[in-house]
Amino acid sequence: MQELLSCAAHSARLEILRAARKLAALFPVPPARVATIIETRDLSKRYGDLVAVDGISFSVQPGQVLGFLGPNGAGKSTTMKMLAGFLTPSAGSASICGHDVIDSALAAKRLVGYLPEGAPSYGEMSVRAFLEFVADIRGLGGAARRRQLDDAIGRLSLQGVVQQSIDTLSKGFRRRVGLAQAILHDPKVLILDEPTDGLDPNQKHEVRALIQAMAKDKTIIVSTHILEEVHAVCNRAIIIARGKVLADDTPSALEARSRFHQAVSLTADNAAAVRDVLVRIGDVAAVEIDAQDQRLTAFPRKGKAIFASVVEALRANAIQVREIALEQGRLDEVFRQITTPATEAA
Amino acid sequence: MNPTRILFRRELASYFATPVAYVFIVIFLLLSGAFTFYMGSFYERGQADLQPFFGFHPWLYLFLIPAVAMRLWAEERKSGSIELLLTLPVTMGQAVLGKFLAAWAFVGIALALTFPIWISVNYLGEPDNGVILASYLGSLLMAGAFLAVGSCLSALTRNQVIAFILTVVACFLLLLSGFPLVLDFFRGFGLPQGVIDAISGLSFLTHFNAISKGVLDLRDLFYFALMIGFWLYATTIVIDLKKAD
Repeated sequence: MQELLSCAAHSARLEILRAARKLAALFPVPPARVATIIETRDLSKRYGDLVAVDGISFSVQPGQVLGFLGPNGAGKSTTMKMLAGFLTPSAGSASICGHDVIDSALAAKRLVGYLPEGAPSYGEMSVRAFLEFVADIRGLGGAARRRQLDDAIGRLSLQGVVQQSIDTLSKGFRRRVGLAQAILHDPKVLILDEPTDGLDPNQKHEVRALIQAMAKDKTIIVSTHILEEVHAVCNRAIIIARGKVLADDTPSALEARSRFHQAVSLTADNAAAVRDVLVRIGDVAAVEIDAQDQRLTAFPRKGKAIFASVVEALRANAIQVREIALEQGRLDEVFRQITTPATEAA
Repeated sequence: MNPTRILFRRELASYFATPVAYVFIVIFLLLSGAFTFYMGSFYERGQADLQPFFGFHPWLYLFLIPAVAMRLWAEERKSGSIELLLTLPVTMGQAVLGKFLAAWAFVGIALALTFPIWISVNYLGEPDNGVILASYLGSLLMAGAFLAVGSCLSALTRNQVIAFILTVVACFLLLLSGFPLVLDFFRGFGLPQGVIDAISGLSFLTHFNAISKGVLDLRDLFYFALMIGFWLYATTIVIDLKKAD
């Protein structure tokens, strides 16, 4: 009886499963998909024999702030110029929200706000006349035009200089005018080529704050060779050298590639004696002493955490440390490590 | 609003935002007056027409128009603003046309400011105003053709001086292509007579002279329209080729 019941239950379950499968076949569920904002496929640019960009493929999802890193001449600017629709790719394709940058160039350009390298503009125009010109070309009219102009001027604190001609402005203000021009039409996509280059620390801070504020509802690509900037504003970083993508990760994952990741550094009076203590800890791979400031750094074996055991060993040996820190990893070291072999090979 | 019109307005305003416009207009008016009265013997000929005035226009344009045209694209490339312009939602054709039309309108304003000479000749005698009107039209068309050549050559380089010299030379050849100076050069290659005739038919001067006699032949108008169209189209190609460097 028991057996019979369980058999009936089993066949009923099978029946239900079969019905569910049939239903599923009738209503295919589309695969979960996030709309891609920027997509490049094998994007390449050649100038004669020189290959500036060599088959770059990546896609950017909504809300990402992508940092473009690379040595000078790596192909960052060229890639951005192709995305903005200024240069025609030699091969491959790029699209903004599904609009190909060549085949439907105007549609793609309407969605993009672009700050070219050096923030060029028309120097003889006043700030207001220049922004109004861009607003007109962008097709803004009526109340929207006034609102967007006020918004851009306000966000970049240009109120004091709107009547001045751009030629008479300082470098920082000119950069801000370029940024105001880029965000004027509230674009979905912002492409900023070295937005903080040549600015003083306060201005850099302001521009970074602006990028962070806009990151909520925009997709942003920023090129830079200032590495702390990547940490400050980006949630993804692509390292380019010699026209190729060498790394594509979050800034913290890139830092984790550093040998300084999870390392412990400290300063103490008798550096040599402390080193002898630290090397005896099981998970410590190596200990180095900085020749200049006598700072000790203990490097962990791969994937090990050593902070607790280092602290314990110090206490057990009654060593006084002046200061101790857990290292996060050094982006500049990772950057060098990733980009140097490629540069030397050529 | 149409992007070409917006670009046109911005460009035209930019001429008057710097001293360029005023220097150009003053020099143009001074030179055209001086040529007319001293070299053209306006009074001495005792005829109520503006032949001596218009007769010097091709030579005046030869140096003054390249000075206007040289900045059209060379300056945009030098300052990098071309990158801004061409990433705004405008087509290449709209950008080229908007800038050209602004330069043309600017030269048109300078030309219109020569109206006192028209008043003078009407005060002094009874000229054929139809011929004068046709001459003004011819002069404006020729200026447009000079500008279109300059637009194309200024897109070739980011150096305005080079753009100026190239344009002067190209315009000089086009002015004189109906004259032995140029034709003998091409005859030297042993080209067939048909080609030589075609080259001589390209001359600005013969077409301008035809119009300024008061004969509005459709072929002359068509010639200038075609010339402007051709050089502007060439401008778009040159920009496409050269914008990367």
